[in-house]
Amino acid sequence: MTVAPKRDDYDVVVIGAGPAGLAAAATSAEAGLSTLLLDENIGPGGQVFRAIASTPVTDRNQLGADYWVGADLVQSLCASNAEVIQRATVWSLDRNLDIAVSIGGASAFVKAKRVILATGALERPFPIPGWTLPGVMTAGAAQTMLKSSALVPDGRTVIAGQGPLLWLLAAQILRLGGRIDRILDTTERGNYFAALPHAFAFLTSPYFAKGLSMMREVKAKVQVVSGVVELSASGDGQLASVSYVAGGKRETIAADLLLLHQGVVPNVNLAMSAGIEHRWDDLQLCWSPVLDASGNSSVAGIAIAGDGAGIGGANAAVVRGRIAARAAVEVLAPASAAKLPAMATLRADLAKAERGRLFLDTLFRPAPQFRIPKGDTIVCRCEEVTAKDVLDSVAIGATGPNQLKAYRRTGMGPCQGRLCGLTVTELMAQARGKTPQEIGYYRLRAPVKPITLAELAAVPKSEADVKAVVRG
Amino acid sequence: MFRRSEQDKRPQVQIFVDGVAVAARQGDTVSAALLASGQDARRSTAVSGAPRLPYCMMGVCFDCLVTIDGVGNRQGCLVPVAEGMQIEIQKGKREIGK
Repeated sequence: MTVAPKRDDYDVVVIGAGPAGLAAAATSAEAGLSTLLLDENIGPGGQVFRAIASTPVTDRNQLGADYWVGADLVQSLCASNAEVIQRATVWSLDRNLDIAVSIGGASAFVKAKRVILATGALERPFPIPGWTLPGVMTAGAAQTMLKSSALVPDGRTVIAGQGPLLWLLAAQILRLGGRIDRILDTTERGNYFAALPHAFAFLTSPYFAKGLSMMREVKAKVQVVSGVVELSASGDGQLASVSYVAGGKRETIAADLLLLHQGVVPNVNLAMSAGIEHRWDDLQLCWSPVLDASGNSSVAGIAIAGDGAGIGGANAAVVRGRIAARAAVEVLAPASAAKLPAMATLRADLAKAERGRLFLDTLFRPAPQFRIPKGDTIVCRCEEVTAKDVLDSVAIGATGPNQLKAYRRTGMGPCQGRLCGLTVTELMAQARGKTPQEIGYYRLRAPVKPITLAELAAVPKSEADVKAVVRG
Repeated sequence: MFRRSEQDKRPQVQIFVDGVAVAARQGDTVSAALLASGQDARRSTAVSGAPRLPYCMMGVCFDCLVTIDGVGNRQGCLVPVAEGMQIEIQKGKREIGK
């Protein structure tokens, strides 16, 4: 599997083999463009279709029909002549569309005429007291283990947070015979009213019936506490208990595993490092790239598809992948575009797939106290920087996330801000009475994933490269 | 914390965690195998030495950092297990030469 790309240049390089990337690469290759798909994981599928080609969970009802859609996408990709490399970590992309990728400990370089970024989403940080304790994980982490290794929670398990994934995970754990002791729902009461104007689109979307039946399935078996307004984890070197406040009452329960989830946000690191303009999304409370209707970004030749383009879910991601690939085909091989579904058809598919999203975004908009922590709660997990540390730095002059690096090293650990960036922006915005857009984000640069100096030193170099840095 | 579902029929793969043999399954990531093993797989951070376990399992949080076959700071959640693989729970920062 760990082989370098066959060519130095491609018509289209797709980065990420989730729903958007699978669809984009298959579409591009079917139209005859030389296509390379690079993906960091062991197998294709991204997060939503994780381990689609290898899952040991063979009873199809347990993971659900929405999961197995991924198998068709993988099949279409395999039937095309796209070149696919798994366990390939792209660590650099620039505005010349030069890509650096680490495969099996060695870096390779490819150039693309068009790049489609399909780097998807990651779970929103959930910075509560004790969230770094062993035994506290994301809901997505548990789902990853469930899909790829048929592992289910065994000890006293609490799931806390909100959003569609939380209910899907709970249903899947129960179907596989796993244990859930309690679900703590942090959805703000006021969100139900705020979401009401968008209810019609939701009620007539496929999300509604599926979501309702899943919640019923879970609520029949697990105690669900709604209106949770405070949440913390504690223990000495290991999670021992979860404490929460709901309906004005505090309760503490013993727990071995706490699974946190409050939605997903675009994984912006590679896109931002390429210089693509992003803006703060006030509804989804995250950075989203500025894109045209075909997914083209502010950097010529780079399009973004899937949840990295703004959270839209798996169905929308597939369509966005096809739209971005079709747009590439229209530019690079216009004659072949006729073979593909018309752009108008794809746009109609996208509108359908996005139906109900506004309702979900409004209903599951996470509450301020779960996004903007206080006191000793850790904000930056890598460098172990607390909310108080950040506020102290603001008090002595740190103006934004990039200045804060010099004060506290936030965002300078191996995760490169993925687990603290949004928290830092919102925390500093609140402290300074500014908007997140005004406060901004970390300036992200290659390498967007850590690589060793030895790997960098082993990169092929020309005489001119050497002359540029060697004296005399 | 986690247990395997009975339907998992994948072949076993033997790995070693700090020298102790652990039965993993083909297709497990190192992190999944560690979490399923029931062993204490807590690493300690480079900054304060605080104990940690994997948080995201999808390659973004770096709390799964582990030494694999003598190479430190590997993301255990992105590396599949292989027969005879030597895992060391990483305490603190990566050491020179590892």
